[in-house]
Amino acid sequence: MSILVDKNTKVITQGITGSTGLFHAQKAREYGTQMVGGVTPGKGGTEIDGFPVFDTVEEAVEKTGANASVIYVPPVGTADAIMEAVEAGLDLVCCITEGVPVLDMITVKSFMCGKKTRLVGPNCPGVITPEQCKIGIMPGYIHQPGPIGIVSRSGTLTYEAVWQLSTQGIGQSTCVGIGGDPVNGTDFVDCLRLFEEDPDTKAVIMIGEIGGAAEEEAAQFVKENMSKPVAAFIAGATAPKGKRMGHAGAIISGGQGGAEEKKAALRDCGISVADSPAEMAEALLKVWKP
Amino acid sequence: MNIHEYQAKEILRNFGVAVPDGHVCYNSNSARDWAKRLGEGPWVVKAQIHAGGRGKGGGVRLAKTPDEVKQIAREMLGMTLVTPQTGPGGKVVKRVMVEKGCDIANELYLSMLVDRATSKVTLMASAEGGVDIEEVAATTPEKLFFEPIEPVAGLAAFQARKIAFKLGLKGAQVKQAVTMFQGLYKAFVQSDCSLLEINPLVVTGAGDLLCLDAKFNFDDNALFRHRNIRDLRDYDEEDPHEIEASQYDLSYIALDGNIGCLVNGAGLAMATMDIIKHFGGDPANFLDVGGGATIERVTEAFKIILSDANVKGILVNIFGGIMKCDIIATGIIEAAKQIGVKVPLVVRLEGTNVEKGKQMLAESGLNIIAADGMSDAARKIVKAVAA
Repeated sequence: MSILVDKNTKVITQGITGSTGLFHAQKAREYGTQMVGGVTPGKGGTEIDGFPVFDTVEEAVEKTGANASVIYVPPVGTADAIMEAVEAGLDLVCCITEGVPVLDMITVKSFMCGKKTRLVGPNCPGVITPEQCKIGIMPGYIHQPGPIGIVSRSGTLTYEAVWQLSTQGIGQSTCVGIGGDPVNGTDFVDCLRLFEEDPDTKAVIMIGEIGGAAEEEAAQFVKENMSKPVAAFIAGATAPKGKRMGHAGAIISGGQGGAEEKKAALRDCGISVADSPAEMAEALLKVWKP
Repeated sequence: MNIHEYQAKEILRNFGVAVPDGHVCYNSNSARDWAKRLGEGPWVVKAQIHAGGRGKGGGVRLAKTPDEVKQIAREMLGMTLVTPQTGPGGKVVKRVMVEKGCDIANELYLSMLVDRATSKVTLMASAEGGVDIEEVAATTPEKLFFEPIEPVAGLAAFQARKIAFKLGLKGAQVKQAVTMFQGLYKAFVQSDCSLLEINPLVVTGAGDLLCLDAKFNFDDNALFRHRNIRDLRDYDEEDPHEIEASQYDLSYIALDGNIGCLVNGAGLAMATMDIIKHFGGDPANFLDVGGGATIERVTEAFKIILSDANVKGILVNIFGGIMKCDIIATGIIEAAKQIGVKVPLVVRLEGTNVEKGKQMLAESGLNIIAADGMSDAARKIVKAVAA
């Protein structure tokens, strides 16, 4: 078991004829993911490195039976690509693209109301269930199957957490990068709920950042609804106020969303908070034993 | 991206939002001439810098005659203005705005921003204008009013009216408020803002609504579709190193410490700064080289870090995922050779081809301190810099 993706997930790549899209489609296929094709408008009917290419997501779904998509379309067309995938009725859409205008995402979220699709991202590394399905840009080999769920707003910091676990022989059920943007699809609470319901996930690591109030809301959810232990790290304790640290979401303004406030809120809800990013696995082992 | 107040007001004028008449000036003679052209006094001379709290530092002054406008402009231009938001170094004033003064009966607060919780643009208002709004939010949150805006419908007239009544506006003012708020929302959406703040929004002695100050933050991700806004960028207001970095797609922010950081990924970059602090050091910068760090970009990153005279050591922290460690190692070696890195250099590599990368660094003949893991790396650089 796992959350969001498993060995039965069939994935299409939107933007497959671009160099990034193709590269990661190939890597995912090597990992063993069912990568069933791709979409690039105007190139339908062709094939690229063994992947059939379709003009529309609708057609790709009809011909391949795909239930998930991954998006590598440039920012100018990202919102459109997400909405096309949602309209085609996919269960899961992972949007990797970085730099999507926030007002475009507001439109997308409004468009998605009442539809069944779950969006992960944008500006995220994707989702991986080790040895079953890898959707996105994370390095597959650092992962191994196991009982720990990971949900994170940051890409490379997620790899850091995975690495700390894997080098100690602790595997992961599913790792979800929800992305660092202010308006995105899936949030911490969505993932925590899924991990709580997943019988094979025994504990969770949550990696947050400065900015916004999502970590505080997640902490409240953990306190009220979760039976499984949760460990966490919040990046950005040393970040100056009002500065954008690479992710648009990582802005502290008006004294809210600071790392210390967040850490305190998390501890108040019974979460084991790592003092340093090198201690994420240790923080987990304080509340959970293999 | 930020812009100056006079530029913000120009945008608002184009959207039919009421702002005082005024003009930007680069010298004191032009300030006097513009005062005359704007008509009857008094006038306000306002320093144009990208920081708030200007009034507190002497950056907003009243003048009764055109000659006084000239005198004040002369004093202001070239002065270093220190406000609570500029930091102790302050900012040099290179432009002033001469504006028609108005009598103020009441000061209100109004802003629009992207609310993460609802994923909507939200109108925020308070009858407590002209003051620090964070203070209002912290002490009397009940005095803040919110109105989330549906992206398809836009700001509906009834929503604008609701806020207007809550602000205590009456009669014709309510109609004015609807026009103004809807104009502000149009300006927000059509310019891809992340924040639009009017503080204060004033009711004049004659009972009219007027935006006395205006602050725009634009969504950097959307600037590609707004050439007119990109043209408003004032490079004098930005850190020269940050400008250089942005030309190489590097995300760089200068800080006050002495340990330079070169990291891939924003979250890991922030975490690297955190762990340096955790072990008693002080980061000199935030720098994210991104996922596809080429030799050129790594070299540029080193150059930018080393151009900061405070840097006494550099920590490289790379989690090579898709990016292979041997490629990163090549970049580091090339860059170190090209620029001649003289300060201690601690390198922590992890990920694909890590052994090969480490071997290359060891055999390069460069004075590189290898580290295993983030804690080890942070300890080593803090120690090296303290030595």
